[in-house]
Amino acid sequence: MTLPDNHFNTQLARGRCRRYRRRILDISQQVPALHIGSAYSCTEIVDCFYHGLMRHNADGSSPDTFLMSKGHGCMIQYVILEEYGVLSRADLDGYCTPRGRLGVHPDYGTPGIAAATGSLGHGLSMACGMALAERSRKVPGIIYAVLSDGEVQEGSTWEAVLMASSLGLDNIVAAVDNNDLQSLGRTSVTHRSFYPLADKFQAFGWEVAEVDGHDSAAIFTAVASRSGGGPFMLVAKTVKGKGVSYMENVPIWHYRSPNQDEYRRAIDELEMAP
Amino acid sequence: MRNTFAETLYREAMENPDIYIVVADISPVGNMAKFSSEYPERFINVGVAEQSMIGICAGLALKGCQPFAYTIATFSLYRPFEMVRDDLCYQNLPVTVVGMGAGVIYSDHGGTHHAMEDIAIAGAIPNMQIVAPCDPAEVAEATRWCARQKNGPVYLRLGKSGEPDLTKDAEPWAFGKLRRLRQGGDVCILSYGVVAKTAIDLADRFAAAGKSAAVYCCHTVKPLDCDGIIELLKDHDHVIVIEENVPQGGLAAQTKQLAWDIQAHCRLDTFTLQDHFIHNFGRHPDMLAAHGLSLAAIAKRVGLD
Repeated sequence: MTLPDNHFNTQLARGRCRRYRRRILDISQQVPALHIGSAYSCTEIVDCFYHGLMRHNADGSSPDTFLMSKGHGCMIQYVILEEYGVLSRADLDGYCTPRGRLGVHPDYGTPGIAAATGSLGHGLSMACGMALAERSRKVPGIIYAVLSDGEVQEGSTWEAVLMASSLGLDNIVAAVDNNDLQSLGRTSVTHRSFYPLADKFQAFGWEVAEVDGHDSAAIFTAVASRSGGGPFMLVAKTVKGKGVSYMENVPIWHYRSPNQDEYRRAIDELEMAP
Repeated sequence: MRNTFAETLYREAMENPDIYIVVADISPVGNMAKFSSEYPERFINVGVAEQSMIGICAGLALKGCQPFAYTIATFSLYRPFEMVRDDLCYQNLPVTVVGMGAGVIYSDHGGTHHAMEDIAIAGAIPNMQIVAPCDPAEVAEATRWCARQKNGPVYLRLGKSGEPDLTKDAEPWAFGKLRRLRQGGDVCILSYGVVAKTAIDLADRFAAAGKSAAVYCCHTVKPLDCDGIIELLKDHDHVIVIEENVPQGGLAAQTKQLAWDIQAHCRLDTFTLQDHFIHNFGRHPDMLAAHGLSLAAIAKRVGLD
């Protein structure tokens, strides 16, 4: 088993994240719509979980579990699973087609997908159940979950927040992809009491760290240096559509696919980024 | 019924370390205390948080465990409906959702505690199986089956306490099969769950009137034993369905549908809860009577005055 790298290589992470964004951009040209902004928002988080923190066996399997609670962000998971060889190029080419097995939301039964998500507010409870089951094993797996900030508005999420800490589930590492952008506007405007977010998780007994969600080194360090003893929440400040200037913080890119001209401009920006 | 459930589950859990029970601030008594003290890591109380109860069961099952969710029927099925649908049924996980005190058993608690349409709702979800035992002995059979099956999710619909034994002379219990509780000729009465006691009482009334009535328990409401019901419709002149569920989506509606499909010639009478909320209180029999499910009312409607 390869243990996570103690010195997460941020240079490599940057290269991977650029590659993943580019791959998602290419797939966007096959379909009228995909959740591109939502995937770009959590690219560094998901990359760091898979490449920096999850343990991997020689056969490609992992004792740890990744759960995309914000199911609509799964394009980033698909392209990472493609790179791991868990999903094939043909799988990605068949995205949202009658011959394919990948849809807009991750589906249970698909290789590499731990649970069917898409309806928000389900993932963290399932993560609790998984973490409980893992706790009875010799080498308990860690459940890595990514939540959207919107789904933190679901009451069911808070039921799970309460239970995870009450049960002392120290094998849950969750992240909130806090891009502050929902369908009807800025969360900070529509739901002023949503913030401060970290304090709320802390008050519910979680260990919390706040980071720039596009700073891979910061994400890695925050999670790797957690003290343990309970569940861990990473409140990651992110930008929806991160990496392509015209997509950043613009609600339409929650779902739209770029046209040809936009596609070329997006590629140029990704290639030119440091 | 709930104590038999607890006792049976405890015994199953002794043999199978993958069995978990996740309860929502309510627990069967008796052996459940032994379960929670001997296997504290497998007895989870989420508190008044039914959505997480179902989600946690799903997570456990996704990791190969055999979990049971347990609380009062309205709260185990209605409150976390989307979790039951998406997490359990869509993913087809072997989780048993126990609905305790189903029907109008929580009579004097008011409509918030009446699971009048649980059969229709659970039955409408693809992949969901429904088992509704009629007495404690059937609860034991059903619980054992639930603890060992890997087909997918089950809604196990229970009564509460003090139910009489109805199955002493019955055929053996088998999932998915009608179970004959009493032999008879002219009339056939079909029921399930706690209200099956009324079916037995009605058969006694028929016997007193010189007619022989068979009684069948349809403990597995989904998948329904359609072949078995068709046989009954063909073999009897008069078929009666007694069901503690609203008129739509349950055994009565499906029996009517089967009767139409085969152009049955028998007389078919169905007795269900009403399709409206009744703001009455009192005990369970009072509530059933308010819905027209008293023995006297049914006897009158089927010609036994």
